[in-house]
Amino acid sequence: MTRAALLAPPLVLVLAGCGGNQNTVAPAGHDERAITQLFWVMLGVACVGFGVIVTLLFLGWLRRERPSLPGGRGERAATGVVIGLGVALPIVLLVALFVWSDLVVVNSVAAPTKPTPVTVRVIGHQWWWEVRYGNTRIVTANEIHIPVRTEVTAIVTTKDVIHSFWVPELNRKVDMIPGTANRLLLRADKPGVYRGQCAEFCGLQHAHMSVEVIAEPRARYDAWLARNAQPAPGASSLFDANCGGCHQVRGTPAHAGVGPDLTHFASRRSIAAFTLPNTPSNLREWLRDPQHVKPGNRMPNLELSNAQWTALQRYVESLR
Amino acid sequence: MAVVAPSPERTRIENLERLWAARPGLLGWLTTVDHKKIGLLYFWTTLVFFAAGGVEALLMRTQLATANERLVGPETFDQLMTMHGVTMIFFFIIPITTGAFGNYLVPLMIGARDMAFPRLNALSYWLFLGAGMFMYSSFLIHQAPNAGWFDYVPLALRQYNGGLNVDFYALGLIFTTVAATIGALNLIVTIFKLRAPGMSWNRMPLFCFAMLAASLSLVFALPALTADCIFLELQRKLGFHFFDQAHGGDPLLWQHLFWIFGHPEVYIIVLPAFGIATSIIPTFARHKMVAFPLVAMAELLVAFIGFGVWAHHMFATGLTSTTLVFFAAASMMVVIPSTIQIYAWLMTVNIGTPEFRAPLMFIGGFILFFVIGGLSGIMFAAIPFDQATTDTYFVVAHFHFIIFGAAVFPVLGGIYYWFPKVTGRMYDERLAQLSFWLTFAGTTLTFFPMHIVGLLGMTRRIYTYDGGLGWDAYNLIETIGGYVLATGLLLIAFNIVRSYRRNVPAGRDPFRGGTLEWTTTSPPPHYNFAVIPTVTSPYPNWDEPDREEDLRKLARGDLVLDQGHETPESTVNDAWPSAVAEMPPESPWPILAAATVTVAFFLLLTQHYATAGAFFVLTVLAAAGWNAHEPEEATG
Repeated sequence: MTRAALLAPPLVLVLAGCGGNQNTVAPAGHDERAITQLFWVMLGVACVGFGVIVTLLFLGWLRRERPSLPGGRGERAATGVVIGLGVALPIVLLVALFVWSDLVVVNSVAAPTKPTPVTVRVIGHQWWWEVRYGNTRIVTANEIHIPVRTEVTAIVTTKDVIHSFWVPELNRKVDMIPGTANRLLLRADKPGVYRGQCAEFCGLQHAHMSVEVIAEPRARYDAWLARNAQPAPGASSLFDANCGGCHQVRGTPAHAGVGPDLTHFASRRSIAAFTLPNTPSNLREWLRDPQHVKPGNRMPNLELSNAQWTALQRYVESLR
Repeated sequence: MAVVAPSPERTRIENLERLWAARPGLLGWLTTVDHKKIGLLYFWTTLVFFAAGGVEALLMRTQLATANERLVGPETFDQLMTMHGVTMIFFFIIPITTGAFGNYLVPLMIGARDMAFPRLNALSYWLFLGAGMFMYSSFLIHQAPNAGWFDYVPLALRQYNGGLNVDFYALGLIFTTVAATIGALNLIVTIFKLRAPGMSWNRMPLFCFAMLAASLSLVFALPALTADCIFLELQRKLGFHFFDQAHGGDPLLWQHLFWIFGHPEVYIIVLPAFGIATSIIPTFARHKMVAFPLVAMAELLVAFIGFGVWAHHMFATGLTSTTLVFFAAASMMVVIPSTIQIYAWLMTVNIGTPEFRAPLMFIGGFILFFVIGGLSGIMFAAIPFDQATTDTYFVVAHFHFIIFGAAVFPVLGGIYYWFPKVTGRMYDERLAQLSFWLTFAGTTLTFFPMHIVGLLGMTRRIYTYDGGLGWDAYNLIETIGGYVLATGLLLIAFNIVRSYRRNVPAGRDPFRGGTLEWTTTSPPPHYNFAVIPTVTSPYPNWDEPDREEDLRKLARGDLVLDQGHETPESTVNDAWPSAVAEMPPESPWPILAAATVTVAFFLLLTQHYATAGAFFVLTVLAAAGWNAHEPEEATG
């Protein structure tokens, strides 16, 4: 019956040590650190509380032949325990938790009110993320590049249904609601790739709607911005005819906004919001049968000849 | 030789047997108004739905056992996931606690011969069955509800969900809320008006307090859901704009109304379970509940505060900080009535001399699971932590510890506890304890790792996931746990069937329980009690003088009511006998009325509004027929 005691230490090890990079309790930013701290303290107190309950239940079993409380005490003492442990102590603990958690809200995770050096607009779609950079023409998808140790405001909304924007190691989550622009602060303390995932059920491919925040030193971030501000090197009539109805490649006739902007697709790390890593063989599989890879997504299966497939893939791979 | 004249006791019991005799066979079940038979109908029906929800759960767990599994596709998974939630909440746990346990036990515990409105009781069951069949018929055309059990808009609007899936959901829920409301009102009136002489509020069993609190919550919470679903159907079918931002509506309106129902719902689910725990613990601990009045108040308080916490389901939607703080405070307040009850249970076990038989073991498991689920629940009242972990498997772990651990475990314990009363036969204790350990281990294995995998970032409602995120091992353990749990549940079913067949007589009071149901025979006669019992304490079966007085009353013919199909009414507060209520006989009208409503809902689904209206007119006619058949023979 001492499950709490047995489980707590391995739990700490497991949570602190492993996992991918979508770990709520491996904070990489100030706000998430405050939340994690709150969690560990709550877990500690919870384990003590659970220990008390287990002990009382165990005592009840151990002393099952004896018709009184330890020390021969009776009904009055029992009611005293109910009031002491069941009313007084929880009130003290809950008030403390209430005050502390509200301080965390005010000091850390509340929506940013002052302008920050960088602003990104993130727009949820079924089932990918559109990312726009304030004051630039840069549009990308499923990857958010930010400068490290810099405050970034994410303004989030949706084009269709409710999604929820969540990069666990950087901050809490915030819902993307039609007609509403919610704000969230992103600040990465060290360079790295932080994975996130849509947290509100949004339909068939809710499972394949991931995002990465890539935090880089300022110089590399500026270089990325400069490169992504460029239009594509050239157009492809094959692409325009078959893909231009939904996708945009800046600097070419393809400029629709149904699917992700593909101007610099080849420089991105994934296909279809982290359904597949962006490798030539995966790209081939995706282009030829998107409905098998991500059933129900908005990209139709096309009928093209082998030569056309090769040409199309070569063009998409040229979009660096 | 003088012919031995039958004793007056014998004559009175024969009168009662004749007056309350039930029609035999299938027709008897279809027209019954006996709360015990209706309770059993609820019981078996909800178990079928429980099995269906369980199969859905196992299919999902099998799909999630390993990364990138392709056992079911996303469309099927979404239907399984939605129907699992809808089934377990609306077609299993509420109807088994209020419908089966409440129906069967409340009249027995308060010393009444039936519910206050027996035909309404039957109507409530048949409507519930109709709603369940309506909801499940969606699988036949592979268009089961698929937008999650809380069915957020705009995902549930026609624009994003063009099939009949969400129409089945919305109409099915409107349908079942009608059934649940009728049942709840019946329980409230029964508890208010049919208590045995002397059973003032302070002597009413805590089980009945819990049922009262849950029923009051149902009556006030369900209209929000009904309204929400009506808005949704109006928008989907007739082009209204309740949830449409572009036309002045608001998608968050759905969420507010849903959770105004949805959080009281949690207490509607757990309160009857608390009631079962407060029945089982004193019996096996051989001691009255410690802090009895505090526990009674706590049960009512939970139901009340439960109405002020709904927005804690919406902490991530971008509500203002002031709003968040208010709901966080209420969410923390609701902890106190729960801690009162937990310590009252534990102190009763400690002060008494508990005998750890299967029912009490399930309650022990319940306490541990409830505390784990409660502690993680407190964490969700801390706003920033909620915002970090909501919609992950941490939440899935939390509410399964509450709903499975804290609500289903007492139900399982309650099945064993009242099995001898309902059948007159004893269950197999050894198998029962084995089934406890299996379900206990299965529950822990299935749901505990979900905390960890949730903290590691696994979001809920995903039909598949990639390897390499640290989730694989936990998911496999959870799936194995799911099968262990299913084995334990099947063992309980096996034990019930086997014990029924073996027919070991249980007697009227095998556990020496304190409440009135143990004073009558097992199974109870159709009229429940030969003489309406008199009550001077919360544990009347432990008060011998009262029971001896009942026997003398039977001899005198006092409070036997053997001249008609009757039960006494009493005053609301002090339960003084105030009138005699004539009870209606068996009737075909409830099932006929429910059948017309069921057909009408199928017609609404397929947009045959005029024909649906015609069937609702038939419902009204059925109600007229119901009232035309006044119970004439009952007075004879």
